[in-house]
Amino acid sequence: MLPRYFPVFPESASTLSPRVDALYFFILAVTIFFTTLVALLILVFAIKYRKEKHPVPTQIEGSIPLEIFWTLVPLGIAMVIFAWGAILFFQETHPPKSSMNIYGIGKQWMWKFEHPGGQREINNLHVPVGRPVRMTLISQDVIHDFFVPAFRTQMDVLPGRYTQVWFEATKAGTYHLFCNQYCGTKHSGMIGTVTAMPHDDYQQWLRGAGAFGSLATEGQKVFASMGCPTCHTGADNARGPNLYNLYGRMVRTADNRTLVADESYIRESILNPSAKIVYGFQNIMPTFQGQLNEDEMIQLIEYVKSLTYNGQLLQLQTNSQQEPPVNLDKIQKGVDVTNPGTNETPMPRTSAVPVQQEALPASPNEQRPAQNAPKQSAPKQNAPARPNGLTVEQR
Amino acid sequence: MSTAIQTQALALPTDTYLNSSHGIKSWFLTKDHKRIGILYLVSISLFFLFGGTMASMIRLELLTPAGDLFQSDTYNKLFTMHGIVMVFFFLVPSIPATLGNFVLPIMIGARDLAFPKINLASWYIFIIGAIFTFSAIISGGVDTGWTFYTPLSTQYLTTHVVAAATGIMIAGFASIFTGLNFIVTVHRMRAPGMTWFRLPLFVWSHYAVSVVMVLATPVLAITLILVALERGLHIGIFNPQLGGDPVLFQHMFWFYSHPAVYIMILPGFGVISEIIPCFARKRIFGYAAVAFSSIAIAVFGFLVWAHHMFIAGVSTYSALIFSFVTFLVAIPSAIKVFNWTATLYKGSIHFDTPMLYALAFIGLFTIGGLTGLFLAAVGVDVHVTATYFVVAHFHYVMVGGMLVAYLAGLHFWWPKMTGRMYPEAPAKLSALITFIGFNLTFFPQFVLGYMGMPRRYHVYPPEFQVLNVLSTAGASVLAVGLLMPMFYMLWSLKYGAIAGNNPYRATGLEWQTTSPPPTHNFHETPIVTQDAYDYESETEEVEVVG
Repeated sequence: MLPRYFPVFPESASTLSPRVDALYFFILAVTIFFTTLVALLILVFAIKYRKEKHPVPTQIEGSIPLEIFWTLVPLGIAMVIFAWGAILFFQETHPPKSSMNIYGIGKQWMWKFEHPGGQREINNLHVPVGRPVRMTLISQDVIHDFFVPAFRTQMDVLPGRYTQVWFEATKAGTYHLFCNQYCGTKHSGMIGTVTAMPHDDYQQWLRGAGAFGSLATEGQKVFASMGCPTCHTGADNARGPNLYNLYGRMVRTADNRTLVADESYIRESILNPSAKIVYGFQNIMPTFQGQLNEDEMIQLIEYVKSLTYNGQLLQLQTNSQQEPPVNLDKIQKGVDVTNPGTNETPMPRTSAVPVQQEALPASPNEQRPAQNAPKQSAPKQNAPARPNGLTVEQR
Repeated sequence: MSTAIQTQALALPTDTYLNSSHGIKSWFLTKDHKRIGILYLVSISLFFLFGGTMASMIRLELLTPAGDLFQSDTYNKLFTMHGIVMVFFFLVPSIPATLGNFVLPIMIGARDLAFPKINLASWYIFIIGAIFTFSAIISGGVDTGWTFYTPLSTQYLTTHVVAAATGIMIAGFASIFTGLNFIVTVHRMRAPGMTWFRLPLFVWSHYAVSVVMVLATPVLAITLILVALERGLHIGIFNPQLGGDPVLFQHMFWFYSHPAVYIMILPGFGVISEIIPCFARKRIFGYAAVAFSSIAIAVFGFLVWAHHMFIAGVSTYSALIFSFVTFLVAIPSAIKVFNWTATLYKGSIHFDTPMLYALAFIGLFTIGGLTGLFLAAVGVDVHVTATYFVVAHFHYVMVGGMLVAYLAGLHFWWPKMTGRMYPEAPAKLSALITFIGFNLTFFPQFVLGYMGMPRRYHVYPPEFQVLNVLSTAGASVLAVGLLMPMFYMLWSLKYGAIAGNNPYRATGLEWQTTSPPPTHNFHETPIVTQDAYDYESETEEVEVVG
């Protein structure tokens, strides 16, 4: 019944694998050395000083130099392992800029993958060899874990929040994909495969995988059906921040923090808009919690990521000097913009304005960036800010 | 040396804690720390048998890659109950509540613990907690894993999560009571002349562990209450749809549960620090280093919890800090191992059963500790976390370390507790079988883990089978090794050779009173004039006090 051949070491199929293995073997050497040392000492002492051979013990209080010696030597070795492990961890958690992105959704008890071109897969993931792949992962229910032993990397898949893991396959083949966070009854059935394919095969697979439309085009439909364009018009005086060129840039919030607009930020801003208000905007966006499933959310995010000015950014910036009239009274809170019908009766433009933030600790110059003032008056250390609060500083 | 005693045909002392009063009531309403220690011993032995049975069934299922013995739900309940019972109802109370309860007051020359009624209350609370948890088990089981991760435990499982969690929360108060009692006792009830640096290292390690128990256990109670509230009232602490954070649960859980592994292992260090000097006939090498390393472990142990969560979505930099502190906490353990080993140097080594267990402990704990480096190195942990590598590492520390130390201590103080010796030959055999069986069970799991076999898998890919078969084979050997003491220990209660006050010619006040000791431990308050482990001034026969 037993297989005739059984492996004792996992396959190595990613750029990370040999690096993880190298540190593994180093720690293994340390482990073997000290285990052997202790075992040998015990064995030698046990034989040499057994009561028959050595009836009268020699009392020894201890030795400060020895204590210092066997404190500092393990400490030194531990620090080497720590530093090595820390450097490795940085490599493991920072995907290269050139990575392609694939979304993974975990749910009890299956994996769903969505490629940018709209190709979808269940439990089997196809990736190209020789190209870094970043997985953006989210769970629809409990915590799962995306684990590919052959790639020596894994990441927990959390509900309500994106996590990331990346790898670059070095060898074509099919590898185990395990859920490695206990997730209920069929945890051990939540397995799949990762198939790494040479570039040409991968392109061919993409073409044959039958996509109905790219994630971004699907996302555009969601964007429209949810009524997003009502406020996110892209115009300078819109009620909602302009989404063009948002992805990957620095955003300044109303409480004067800056953060990078990544997938997690975009997701949070849709589901919990009041968590981070863009500087210069009102907290008027309703939550979309419970109205979008994870697929639609991913499509929406891909759509937002696809919005770029294609080089027209500066032009738009210089046009953004006029200040629309302020009319706070007309801001209506809790307007149901999810109903596509509301598109026909858009909110009065006048309510959609950047609002003076009196509580801001910033200097007067900074308080209203690019508002009724020449752009040059903005402080130099800040990137030129658009009236909607988005800055154009590269990530 | 025990054989020398046996030939003298001693009689058991007439006035002992065992025969001072009779009847069920005299046991269940006792305030005697020794009897409470025995109550704990009987309870946790039963819990251990239960947890061990669960473990055997798990190993039996894993003999084949397919899920042919149990349904997935049943398997999930098995490993959950194994974990919950072993961790919260065996490992945490094991040494402190049994051996610690029994010998700690005697070691410092006290008549009892500072709060005897609280001590009895702690056993009742422990049992009430056990009733809750076991009622959950009997009425259908619970399948959260012993870690109760949210939102699985709070929103998705329909089993008796609240009952099981309530039981654990209640049992936690038992360890708070024990810890409180130990702290006050060590501060206030030492015999004349028993200065802090004359305390046996067993007392030092129990002092350290008591501090951890008192400070960490309330956090577990809070965490489990929140789980129950979240389940019942949907308050949204851990539920992301309500604005909660499931990872917050992990922070809170591990804030207790990482120090908890030191609650489990520190008393074991104490036992080993008693046994090695006794059977090497030598004072311990570096008393202060061993004592302070216990305190260092207790302190640093509070600052490493997130090393269970490197891939759970914590920030890169906090992961690095927790990795760094984890390496620091490894150092005091290394210091202890080197000091124990150095104690053997130029000793006169006797290979009685407790010493065999103690030497096995050093070896297994060394492996257990060093394999922790793989998990502390955050770059490697990303690959091995939550795999069988972690299972193996944890069991090397908890079974190879803690359980072996418990067995060492149980054999060591058995003559003191019962007045009779365990039979030496089967005891040595069981130590050997346990050592072999243990390594055969858990060593293959390191290999499985690095290959990527996830833990808590009911069904697994066929290439992992050979190593799993080895592990299951080892488990059956280990089971034999662990069952043997149950039989010969019980046998020795009636037929064991009479031990005499000090069968091992050990130092320490507990060996100066009779075996078993009288209800108030000493007929006269002992006066301490020597350091612990003062084996140079030993005489052939230590005089009997009283």
